[in-house]
Amino acid sequence: MKIGLFIPCFMNELYPKASMATLKVLENLGLDVEYPMNQTCCGQPMANSGCYLEAKELAKRFLKIFKDYDYIVAPSGSCVAMVRVNYAQFLEGEEGFEHLKNNTYELVEFLHDVIKPTTMNVSFPYRVGIHNSCHGHRELGMASMSERNFPEFSKIKKILSLVDDIEFVTLRRNDECCGFGGIFSVTQEAISVAMGIDRVNDHLNAKAEVITGIDMSCLMHMQGIIDRQKLPIKTMHIAQILAGEL
Amino acid sequence: MGHPKKASKFVANSKRMHWHDKALWFVRERRDLATHQLDEWEELRRVASEIKTHTMDRLDYYLEEFEKNATQKGLHIHWARDAKEHNEIVLNLLLTHGAKRVVKSKSMLTEECGLNPFLEKNGIEIVDTDLGERIVQLRKEAPSHIVLPAIHLKKEEVGKTFEEFLNTQKDNCDPTYLTREARKHLREKFLTADASITGVNFAIAQTGGVVVCTNEGNADLGASLPKLHIASMGIEKVIPRLEELSVFTRLLARSATGQPITTYTSHFHAPIEGGELHIVIVDNGRSDTLSNSDFKESLNCIRCGACLNTCPVYRRSGGHSYGYTIPGPIGSTLGASRDLQANRTLPFACTLCASCSNVCPSKIKLHNQLYRHRQNVVKAGLLGAKKRAILKVSSWVMKHPLLLDFVGLVVRKVVPILPRSIVYSKANIWGRGREVPKFPKKSFKELYKERKK
Ligand code: SF4
Repeated sequence: MKIGLFIPCFMNELYPKASMATLKVLENLGLDVEYPMNQTCCGQPMANSGCYLEAKELAKRFLKIFKDYDYIVAPSGSCVAMVRVNYAQFLEGEEGFEHLKNNTYELVEFLHDVIKPTTMNVSFPYRVGIHNSCHGHRELGMASMSERNFPEFSKIKKILSLVDDIEFVTLRRNDECCGFGGIFSVTQEAISVAMGIDRVNDHLNAKAEVITGIDMSCLMHMQGIIDRQKLPIKTMHIAQILAGEL
Repeated sequence: MGHPKKASKFVANSKRMHWHDKALWFVRERRDLATHQLDEWEELRRVASEIKTHTMDRLDYYLEEFEKNATQKGLHIHWARDAKEHNEIVLNLLLTHGAKRVVKSKSMLTEECGLNPFLEKNGIEIVDTDLGERIVQLRKEAPSHIVLPAIHLKKEEVGKTFEEFLNTQKDNCDPTYLTREARKHLREKFLTADASITGVNFAIAQTGGVVVCTNEGNADLGASLPKLHIASMGIEKVIPRLEELSVFTRLLARSATGQPITTYTSHFHAPIEGGELHIVIVDNGRSDTLSNSDFKESLNCIRCGACLNTCPVYRRSGGHSYGYTIPGPIGSTLGASRDLQANRTLPFACTLCASCSNVCPSKIKLHNQLYRHRQNVVKAGLLGAKKRAILKVSSWVMKHPLLLDFVGLVVRKVVPILPRSIVYSKANIWGRGREVPKFPKKSFKELYKERKK
């Protein structure tokens, strides 16, 4: 089984640690992982801004780079949702697209659905609040949504439960958006920041020490608020917890 | 002024914004409680969406069915192509019946058509009888929510408004007192009205009757006292048979407020004795939306307001920030379908969190519609030159990995040594309320390459 590692463009530049942790988690499980060097961006920022022509070109590029791997794994729910949900508009009918669509996974989802580990051999002795990033949550189905009437589950919590000594907090609004929203974070700056503050406070009030999640973009937004307001909490990508980084 | 500007004004008053957010979240939670008590909730949604989609695909047939059966029952059917025709039909009916004073129960369609100002200009007194609508009418405001029109107002503000217009006691803002006073005021309006106007929640093709759902009973009172009752409906309000109605009444109230059913579900299948019942069926752009496969699902809406209550942006920006008759996710897609130029910021008043699509009882994929509208904004050249240019340049860079590596390297090297005043200059919109991330020395790619060696 050959895995193509897809690291979102901004993570490559800004979050090498979380990116490296992703690679480590997969390799620790004995998997054969390769990072294709010419990858850049999945095109999500363009698509979400309505720039469909630019998005289409990047989607085509992405397909070419990743189509020959058995699995494509990325530490980001929203980039994976871009591939699985939104690429169809651009790539329907292209050779290799069905395979790409069916085999691109978010990291935690990949562990939960495909690898099914029973232990991670790491410890994280902190109180953790899980941020359910919207695209992973509602497009990929990482956990049951508060809006729907289905039995409760969470792939994120299930995988995190394999970590020793970890403790979870209960939030008042379990799956409210943090307000990042890509281009929204700038075009609707005021609301975006207000939403972020509300989200961070929910975690703070629940006495979380660390906010974790599957999307670095949401965490970057919330960390920006935490740093500006000097709040006693921090964010950490889930891959770093799973890789045993303290 | 687009949505972002108006929204940031609303956000600036943090206390009030949070009060608004909490009030609506409370409604959303009540909705959750009610819907989680029904094991068949998801099934109901599925069925509702299928009924609506089926009906919309055969809309001409069902509308004709409805007209035939309604006419047989003695109802009068009128067709209006647009808002102007609708208003003229209504005015004509009022004039020929010598009606001068009109009571109206809740109807977003008449808001959309601008009926109130039109009638007032023509010398007709029109009084909204839904309490929330009456409040905003007195204040000369638009409803800020499709189910809770005055949700943006605090009770003190309502007290002041009533003081001014209904002569209530000074500084008395006790809700029970104010409601009683409003009832007194409205009762008199009901008793002296020459005609009533209502909206329509459902028109049943098979029976030729219409159904109106309210919590205050004001539609019934209006429709039973004066001899002339005019009901305005959009073409999308028709459902095939009576049987289907129960699916929607079960979904509607639970989604709207968490009630099992609205207090009044009134069926009008004939005029009152000696009276007349007229139905005005309005298109006003709906058939254009219907012919667009990307957006036609938006006509499946039953106006429950759940997508507004759940929308984290709506809760924090208020209904008036949208500048369209219907605010929130459903309003953003309907508005963009109607007039993309005027409503071009609305598809972007959204983080694409998809909560709306999952809360919607008719299973409208609202966030996907907004995503698609964005493409049309770009297609129509309405995105704004600066944003467009930035996105064009960055996607060009993204096609050249070596260039991207270089740009990334330069930025990572340069930004950390810049003085704070430059990094957080005016141009840095991100940095207004947030710190920028700490820039690492090396990218993941660099580390990966080193490791390989
Ligand atoms: S779009 Fe759906 S959730 Fe929104 S008002 Fe209409 S029916 Fe209700």
